[in-house]
Amino acid sequence: MRYMLLIYGPEMAPPDGAPMPDLEPWNAYTQWMIDTGIYKAGDQLAPSAAATTVRVQDGRRLTTDGPFAETKEVLGGYYIVDCPNLDMALEAAARCPGAAYGSIEVRPIVDM
Amino acid sequence: MSDGDGAPAAGRVTGSDVRGHVERAFRDESGRVLATLIRVLGDFDLAEEALSDAFVAALETWPRDGVPRNPGAWITTAARNRALDRIRRARRQALRLAELEGALADGGGQEDDVRLGSDSRLADDRLRLVFTCCHPALAMDARVALTLRTLGGLTTPEIARAFLVPEATLAQRLVRAKRKIRDAGIPYRVPPDDLLAERLDGVLAVLYLVFNEGYSATAGDALVRSELCAEAIRLARLVAELMPDQQETAGLLALLLLQDSRRRARVGPDGSLTLLEDQDRERWDRAEIAEGLALVDGALAAALATGRQPGPYLLQAAIAAGHARAGRADETDWRAIARLYDALLAEVPSPVVELNRAVAVAMADGPLAGLALMDVLGAEGALDGYHLFHAARADLLRRVGRRDEAARAYRRAVDLASNQTERAFLARRLAEVRADA
Repeated sequence: MRYMLLIYGPEMAPPDGAPMPDLEPWNAYTQWMIDTGIYKAGDQLAPSAAATTVRVQDGRRLTTDGPFAETKEVLGGYYIVDCPNLDMALEAAARCPGAAYGSIEVRPIVDM
Repeated sequence: MSDGDGAPAAGRVTGSDVRGHVERAFRDESGRVLATLIRVLGDFDLAEEALSDAFVAALETWPRDGVPRNPGAWITTAARNRALDRIRRARRQALRLAELEGALADGGGQEDDVRLGSDSRLADDRLRLVFTCCHPALAMDARVALTLRTLGGLTTPEIARAFLVPEATLAQRLVRAKRKIRDAGIPYRVPPDDLLAERLDGVLAVLYLVFNEGYSATAGDALVRSELCAEAIRLARLVAELMPDQQETAGLLALLLLQDSRRRARVGPDGSLTLLEDQDRERWDRAEIAEGLALVDGALAAALATGRQPGPYLLQAAIAAGHARAGRADETDWRAIARLYDALLAEVPSPVVELNRAVAVAMADGPLAGLALMDVLGAEGALDGYHLFHAARADLLRRVGRRDEAARAYRRAVDLASNQTERAFLARRLAEVRADA
């Protein structure tokens, strides 16, 4: 079964000029996923300040600056994993560096 | 597309009029085709779904392959093939659900415990189901409902009555839980070793919650509540038999048996609560005590032999055993019980356990020693909203003759208690200290 791990937490990217956060744990984590064979995809998202939200109401496009909802925890990235069951996906989520300071939502992907 | 009957195409049509052709053909033929499909499939809904599947297929393929010479035959064949696909898909899903429900539904009867020893496959199935029903990805109320419904012998209305929720709410809870098991891929298995300890804790917590729901609340249907206790014990016995290597399974079973042994002596005929020290010990259930004590002794000996620390359930069972062994309240070995609370506190640090330890120390070394511990606890503030803290403190204050303070503490306990039976008991105590003051 495929699952998406949605990584929520405080904004990941630092303000302009500040040093990048340590990516080493993330690289090691991604490598672990590849080694165990569950890795399908994964990306870090740009800061939520770069987000634009679009709705279409009565055929009219409504474009607003910012993410869908202004919250303290923002969607900072995702992984897609292919696991035999939820336990494996939860194990992968627990190992995610983001789990230590944010939260990982584990959502099954619907197979069409 | 291979669904066609092989009839040569009647002729090519352009994309713009193909929809018209398909619609006309389906309007003309659908009555006949549907009747055939219902006869063949024996399922009205399935036949209708298959027919609309065939409609979609026709829209895809007729522009490419041309309108079939015999549209009725084409539609029937296509719909039947689509129906078979649906049946296969449904069967795969049903198999997964049936593993959950079916294998254990026939295992719901009373004679099961006897059969378990001889039928290890059934036992494995049940153990897997316990872990599935108690999976931490399910909400606690869903775990409880699912466990009682699929593993216990209780019906949906009975569970609803026991937990004082509308039947429709409980039914909905069960539907949602089963859907989540399927959709989220919750595995149907006994967890591997690295997850076992954590998951077993979750299973035992569900069973303990079920028991406490039946044991501590005196509101609601008394008969159903006693059934909850019985179910929890039955399931704890099952888990203990299936996982004999895990000392906490024996610990929980012993704890439930020893607590349940006092159930009849605990509540008076008028529903009022009787404290442990005031209970008529003749009314304790001797068979449950004997079984509980044997389990505690066996598990403690095993823990000692293997050098493992006894877990929280076993320690609580050992404390309950200390009470069960005392023929009279004043024969209780409070010093041993205080030591067990020390060990419990090391395992699960909690203000409530500290409170219980303070009570045991008060009984062993006198009320002043207990009060000193409670003052420290009170200063930490975590128990300020807990009625039993004020009740226990009031009791010690009463014993050392500080009646005004005792009355104030009882007053606070009465205000905080939510259970009617406990409120009535505390109000009686409050009236007594006031009368003596």
